[in-house]
Amino acid sequence: MSLNGAAYIVGAYEHPTRKADALSVLRLHADVAKGALADAGLSKDDIDGYFCAGDAPGLGTTTVAEYLGLKLRHVDSTECGGSAPILHVAHAAAAIAAGQCNVALITLAGRPRAAMAEAQARLADGKGKAPLALKPPDPDAPELAFELPYGPATQNLYAIVARRHMHEFGTTSEQLAWIKVAASHHAQHNPHAMLRDVVTVADVINSPLVSDPLHRLDCCVMSDGGGALIVARPEIAMQLKRPLVKVRGTGEAPKHAMGGQIDLSYSAAAWSGPRAFAEAGVTPADIQYASLYDSFTITVLMQLEDLGFCKKGEGGRFVADGGLISGAGRLPFNTDGGGLCNNHPANRGGVTKVIEAVRQLRGEAHPAVQVTNCSLALASGIGGALASRHTAGTLILERL
Amino acid sequence: MSDRKIPAPRVLPESLAYWQAADEGRLLLKKCRACDRLHHYPRDICPHCLSDDTVWVDAAGTGSVYSFSTMGKGEAAYTLALVTLDEGVTLMTNLVDAAPKDFAIGQRVKVVFKPSEGGHAVAMFSPF
Repeated sequence: MSLNGAAYIVGAYEHPTRKADALSVLRLHADVAKGALADAGLSKDDIDGYFCAGDAPGLGTTTVAEYLGLKLRHVDSTECGGSAPILHVAHAAAAIAAGQCNVALITLAGRPRAAMAEAQARLADGKGKAPLALKPPDPDAPELAFELPYGPATQNLYAIVARRHMHEFGTTSEQLAWIKVAASHHAQHNPHAMLRDVVTVADVINSPLVSDPLHRLDCCVMSDGGGALIVARPEIAMQLKRPLVKVRGTGEAPKHAMGGQIDLSYSAAAWSGPRAFAEAGVTPADIQYASLYDSFTITVLMQLEDLGFCKKGEGGRFVADGGLISGAGRLPFNTDGGGLCNNHPANRGGVTKVIEAVRQLRGEAHPAVQVTNCSLALASGIGGALASRHTAGTLILERL
Repeated sequence: MSDRKIPAPRVLPESLAYWQAADEGRLLLKKCRACDRLHHYPRDICPHCLSDDTVWVDAAGTGSVYSFSTMGKGEAAYTLALVTLDEGVTLMTNLVDAAPKDFAIGQRVKVVFKPSEGGHAVAMFSPF
């Protein structure tokens, strides 16, 4: 079954907060749900499908449905880290095509930054333990004993991939820095972005090493907030007053250590991307705007190559000299500033990737970064860790 | 050398033999007798062919650095790495017993076992 044309994204909303001191996780989910409904021109009772991932507390779909008073006939709690909302859009299209729901709500929200500040304050008072940026690992995960003693953190699990890419293909820190530079050029126009100052290649490579060869400015921000999407049956989308954004292609794939046959020269996007392009019947050269998951600069570089925007190993040259800057480069990316500068709510960047692609297709991005007559866009996510295990999701969206 | 405390591995029944061998200074891999392939981390069920006819074999304990990254400053610095064993299996580990600036991709390394905090010994690698 092809999902090309099976559903439309009719609502999109990004929470304006970046530090939710006084807002609970559920309140954030509710705020973004309300925002997306208002954006679509729909009401709560129109929703009959709901999608969320591991950032939703308690029983996930059940807990959020209760808080919002939703009456549902289809739920999906596909969890694969930050790329989950990209998979949720595809799964919502499939559910709509199968007649399981008509209007699907997807939410992502969290407050890791506020929670970290609270934990640090308790620690300063001599109470509590040192805060964790991420959830503690599951003790039943079978790989845990063979990894945790070695200190894997998110940063070094991406840095290892960057070093290998440099070794195999001659990629440089300066080339990776250009990805951050492009994001900062876009973020200067976003009043909600956490980091709005334009930075230079020198700023990036002179920032402190976090995990070599990645510098502090190679890393995304840590922020609170969230986002929501509403995916609807075509007949419903046609009745609404918003521009029509069609789901044209979808792909998803996990990649793991494969029993020790590890090859870090490619990511799971090398598998999810071709499926999405085949379903959409388009090629990378047709894409006018790309939202690329930017947990780190290397994440963007890997997706550019694996999705076919350039050949394997040529990502460094592709991004150098402003290659990703809207209006100047060859492929405008993350025009909201991305996770590198704008927002990485709940340590998950998937929903904001889709939201900015929708803004571009509607012509609602900031005028300084809006792609002229943007009618075909891509949103790509990498959830998990690039060096160990992750899941990629690829979406191709079209403005009718 | 880092003064980082090494958390004790949580041992599941199917990997108990691995940890007992580690305490004796031996690095074990799992081999499938149905498809003749090695895998790591060790499972009862072969991830290549799903046979349950898997057995423990001794690894030579030598290999080369696939990639690595050093995190943290001064005494807290440690180097996460992937090492490809001469048997062809790549595993997560730490590079130890040398300065981070002296590590390189492709470098020949050998296994050394380091104590964990109240648990089994953990396989790490150091340059020859």
